Amino acid sequence: MFSGYSMSELGAIFAMQGFAGLILFSVFVLMALGLAIIFGQMGVINMAHGEFMILGAYVTYMVSHVFQTWLPGLFGLYFFVAMILAFIAAGLLGMAVEWAMIRHLYKRPLDTLLATWGLSLILQQIYRSVFGAREVGVTIPDWMMGSLPLTDLIEIPINGIFVMVLTVAISAAVYVMMFRSRWGQQVRAINQNRVMAGAVGIDTERTDRLTFGIGCGVAGVAGAAFTMIGSTGPTSGQLYIVDTFLVVVFGGAASLLGTIASAFTISQAQSIMEFFLSGSMAKVLTLLAVVGILMLRPQGLFALKLRK
Amino acid sequence: MKKQRLFELDEALGFALLAAVIFVLFPAILDDFRLNLFGKYLTYAFVAVGLVLCWGAGGILSLGQGVFFGLGGYCMAMFLKLEASTPENTAIQSTPGIPDFMDWNQITALPIWWQPFHSLGFTILAILAVPAIFAFILGTAMFRRRVGGVYFAIITQAVAAIMTILVIGQQGYTGGVNGITDLRTLLGWDIRPDSAKVTLYFVNGILLFACLFVAQAVRKSKAGRILIAMRTAEDRVRFSGYDVASFKVFVFCLGAAFASIGGAMFTLQVGFMSPTLVGIVPSIEMVIFCAVGGRMSLLGAVYGALLVNWAKTTFSESFPELWLLGLGGLFIAVVMAFPNGLAGLYQDFVRPHLGFLHRERARAPAADQSPAE
Amino acid sequence: MSDNKKTPANPLKSGPNRRAVLAGGAALTASLFTPKFLRAQDFPTAAVNTTGLAVTDDTVTIGILHSITGTMAISETGSVQAEKLAIEQINAQGGILGRKIEFIQEDGASDWPTFAEKARKLLVNDKVASVMGCWTSASRKAVLPVFEQNNGMLYYPTFYEGLEQSPNVIYTGQEATQQIIAGLDWVNRTKGAKSFYLLGSDYIWPRTSNKIARKHIENFMEGCEVVGEEYYPLGHTQFNSVINKIRLKKPDVIYAIVVGGSNVAFYKQLKAAGIDMTKEAPLLLTISVTEDEIRGIGGENIEGAYACMKYFQSLKNENNRAFVAAFKEMWGDDMVIGDVTQAAYLGPWLWKAAVEKAGSFDVDKVREASPGIELPTAPEGYVKIHENHHLWSKTRVGRAQADGQYEVVYETEDLVEPNPFPEGYQ
Repeated sequence: MFSGYSMSELGAIFAMQGFAGLILFSVFVLMALGLAIIFGQMGVINMAHGEFMILGAYVTYMVSHVFQTWLPGLFGLYFFVAMILAFIAAGLLGMAVEWAMIRHLYKRPLDTLLATWGLSLILQQIYRSVFGAREVGVTIPDWMMGSLPLTDLIEIPINGIFVMVLTVAISAAVYVMMFRSRWGQQVRAINQNRVMAGAVGIDTERTDRLTFGIGCGVAGVAGAAFTMIGSTGPTSGQLYIVDTFLVVVFGGAASLLGTIASAFTISQAQSIMEFFLSGSMAKVLTLLAVVGILMLRPQGLFALKLRK
Repeated sequence: MKKQRLFELDEALGFALLAAVIFVLFPAILDDFRLNLFGKYLTYAFVAVGLVLCWGAGGILSLGQGVFFGLGGYCMAMFLKLEASTPENTAIQSTPGIPDFMDWNQITALPIWWQPFHSLGFTILAILAVPAIFAFILGTAMFRRRVGGVYFAIITQAVAAIMTILVIGQQGYTGGVNGITDLRTLLGWDIRPDSAKVTLYFVNGILLFACLFVAQAVRKSKAGRILIAMRTAEDRVRFSGYDVASFKVFVFCLGAAFASIGGAMFTLQVGFMSPTLVGIVPSIEMVIFCAVGGRMSLLGAVYGALLVNWAKTTFSESFPELWLLGLGGLFIAVVMAFPNGLAGLYQDFVRPHLGFLHRERARAPAADQSPAE
Repeated sequence: MSDNKKTPANPLKSGPNRRAVLAGGAALTASLFTPKFLRAQDFPTAAVNTTGLAVTDDTVTIGILHSITGTMAISETGSVQAEKLAIEQINAQGGILGRKIEFIQEDGASDWPTFAEKARKLLVNDKVASVMGCWTSASRKAVLPVFEQNNGMLYYPTFYEGLEQSPNVIYTGQEATQQIIAGLDWVNRTKGAKSFYLLGSDYIWPRTSNKIARKHIENFMEGCEVVGEEYYPLGHTQFNSVINKIRLKKPDVIYAIVVGGSNVAFYKQLKAAGIDMTKEAPLLLTISVTEDEIRGIGGENIEGAYACMKYFQSLKNENNRAFVAAFKEMWGDDMVIGDVTQAAYLGPWLWKAAVEKAGSFDVDKVREASPGIELPTAPEGYVKIHENHHLWSKTRVGRAQADGQYEVVYETEDLVEPNPFPEGYQ
C-alpha cells in the first residue's frame, strides 16, 4: 500500500492527509455543534438543520452582493459581516420556529422529527422560489482562497485554516456560554430535570427559545463558512444532514465534548481511508463502522450520567 | 384473561369497506392509467401497515423502512432481470446472457449471489427472508442494548444512507443509480401491458389484505397487547418478567417483511427498481403515510398511503412548482393538529355519531377517503 | 432570480419584449431556412394524425418532462427554458403544419419512478405528440420502457454514456465518444499531455465515460497512461484527500467528471489547495462543467480549466448570436446557456423538421422521417440526425474564463459521427 512512494513523499502524505483530516474535522464540528446544542440539550431532532445552514449561505451570498455594489473597497472583509448576519438571521428564524412549532412538541421528540422534515421541505421551496433553482455562486474574497506553500508537496489552503480557526472560536464561545454563563447553567439544569428547573424559578420557555435560536444561529454561521468549500443551492442542505446526525449521536448526544471527539474520530478515519480506498467505499466503511460501534455502545462515546 | 375476538364488529366493517374501496370502487371509477398509479400507491401501503405495527403498536420508529422496501424490490427485480436477459435479447452485448448493466461494467460472468435468483421459489423466499433476517440482526443488536426512540430512528436512517451509497457504488452488480430497469416478463407473462397492470393491482390488493389480517391477528394476540403495554411503560413490562427485546425484534422483522413484499410488488407494478426508493427521503415519506393515516390504525395507514400519494400526484400535476410547500405543510399540520391522523379524525368526529347504529357508519369513512376518488 | 416561471419574463415588460423575442426567432429562421408557411387546412387532422394523438385543427400538444423540484432542478431548469423558447419561436412562425404547439409540463421531481409515472401520464392520458425531457441517464432509463410500450417520441438533451439506441428516442446531446475522444487527442497533441488522472461522481455516466477515456488513452494514444481513477458518491463535498493524491501522482491532466453540488465543492477546494488551473500544471479537462455549472462554482474558481463540449455560449456564428439574444430576452439578461440547454433547444426544432418532412404527426412516420434531418439553424452550427438517432455534431474545447464563459480554443473540422456502441471501447 505504501510501495511506490519515497520516504519524503510518505512524510508529505501523512502531513497533508492529517491536515485534510483536520479540515474535515472542523467542518464536522461546525455542522454538528448547532445540532448538538439542540438535540443534545433539548432532545429535539431538527431535520431542517441543513436548511438553516443554507440560510446562512444565502445570507452570505446577499451580503457579498451588497458589498460588491455599495462597498467594493471593503469587499475583503464582507465575510465577517456575513457571518454575523447569518447568525442573526438563522437564530431569529430558529426562535420563530421554536415559538410556532417546537414548543408544542417537547413531549413528543419523534414528532419534532416529522414536523421539522416538513419545515425543511417548505424552506427548500422558498429558497427555490426566491433565489432560483440553480446554485448561486458566492464570491469569496481573494485573500481567503489562496494557499500557503510549505514544501513542494505540502500546501496549506487558507480557507482550511480559516475554517479551523472559526471552529475553535465557535467551540470556545459555545463552551463559555454553556459552562460559564447563567444561560448555560439554566440550559443544563433544564436538561437534567425540567420540572425542578422550573420550580426553582428558571424561565424554561425563554431558555428553550434562546437555546434553539442559538443552535440554529450556529448552523447559520456554519453555512456561511461552507460557502468557501461547498455549493449553495436550495437542496444543498440535504448533503450534510446524515453526517451531522451521526456525528452527534456517535459522540453521545448530551455531551459537547463527545461531539467534538466523535467529529475527530470520524473525520480522521474517513480521511485516511479515502486516501487508500476509493471515495465511495471509504464513505460506506466509515458509516458502517459508526453504526457498528453505535450498536455496541448505543449511548455514544461520551455519555452523560444522569438519572432518567 | 378472556380471549379476544379477531374482529370487533366495527373493525370488520372497516375491513369490508376498505375491501369495497380497493376491489370495487377504484376499478369502477378509475381508468387503467390511474388504476396503475393506485396500484403503485398500494405497494407503499404495505410499508405503512408495517410501520403501524412497529411505531404505533411497538413505539419503534424506523426511518429505514426504505431499506426493506428496497431489498424486496431488488430481489424481485433481480429475478425479472435474469428472465429478461436471455442470450437472444442480449445478443449485442460482449457477454450475452447477463444483465445489460453488468455488461456495461465489464463483468463477464453472472456473480454467484445472483445465480439463485433464476428460481422464482428462491426469489419469493428471499423477499420474505432477507429483510427479516437483516431486521433481526439490526433489531437484536439494538433492542438487546435497549436502544430506542430517537437513537433507533437515527441509526436506521444511517443504515438507509449506507444502503443507498452501497447500491449506487456497486453498479456492476446492482445497476447503480439507474437501478434495474427494462423488466419484461414474469415466468413468460408480460408485465408491461395495461391489462397486466390491472391484474397486478388486484394481486396487490389481495396481498395487502393478507398482510392486514396478519397484522390484525398480531395486534389482537397476547404479543400485540404486550407491545402496547411496552409502549406505555416499558420498564413495568420488563419487571413483570417479559422479554421486551424479543417482542420488539419480532414486530420489527414483521414490519420489514411487509415492506419487502411491498417493494417486490412495486417492482412488478412499476416495471423497475431504483435506489431512489431505498434512501432517507423515501423512508421518511413512508413514515408520513403512516402518520397521516393515523399511526395506531392499520386501515388508516392504507388510507394515508393512498391519500398522500394521490395528493402528491395531483398537486404536482396542477402546481408543479408549489407541491413541496403543500407536502411540507401537510407534515406539520398532521403532527401539530392531528397527531392521530385520519383515524383520529374518524374517532373524534365521525364515530360518536355512529355509535348507536353500526350499519350506518359504513358510509361515513368514505368521507375520509373521498378525495381519493 | 426565479427562473423557473411558467410564463416568460415579467408581465410588466412582457409586451414589447415578447414580440421582440418572437420576431427575433422568426428572423433567425427566416435568414437561414426558407420559411414554409404551412396552413392547417392543407393538412386535415384526420390525415396527419391517424393514431389519436392530441392534435386538433389548430393545435398540437407536446409534453415537457423535467425535474423542477429536487436536486436535479439545478441542472434541468435551463433545458426547460430552452424548450419553451423553441416552442414560442416555432409558434411565432406559424407552428407546425399550421398548428400551434401547446405544451403540458410535468415535474419529474428528481425521482426516477416519478419520471416513469409522469411519462405514462403524458403518453397515455394526454396523448402528447412528442415529449421533450429527461436529463439524467437514470430518468431516461426509467421512462424508456414507457415510451417503447406506448410508442411515444422522446427528445433527450443531455450528453450521456451511450450504449443505447432506442427507436423512440432522439438523442440531441452527444454520446460519450463524441465528447471524449477528440478532447483527449487534442490535449495530447497540443499540450503534450501523457499522464491522466480520472475522477468522477459515482454513477454510470462518469464510470462509462472514464472507461472509454481509459481505453482510448491506453490503446490509442502512444505512450500515455492513466495514473489514477477515483469515484466519489453523488453529493460528496470533501475532496481534500483526492486532491492530495493528485498532487502526489503529478498527472499532466486531471480528467474530471464530477457533477452536481459536488462540482462546486471540488473546484473551490482545488483552487484553495493551490492548484492554479491557469498554470496548466496539471491541466484540468472536464466534460461535466457547462456555463450553467460555472454559475454555482464561480468563474474565478475554475478559470483556466478546459471543457470538452459541442456547444459554448461564446460560439461566434449568426445562429448562436440570435439564439443567445432571444434566450436572454425571454429569461433575463443574467442567464447563461450551457451545452445541454442548447441541445434541449434543438429538440422542438428537430421534431418540427421531422413532422414537416413526414407530413404527419404520427410517431411511426416521424421516426421514419428523422434520420437525415438537417438543422442548419442550430446555434451550434449545423447538426444532422444519424441513422442511430443521435446527432452528427462537432466537438469543441473551451477554456474557462473568470467571467464564467468559455473561450473556444479548438473545434473538430468535420462533424463527428455518433457511435453509441463503440468497437474497441467495451
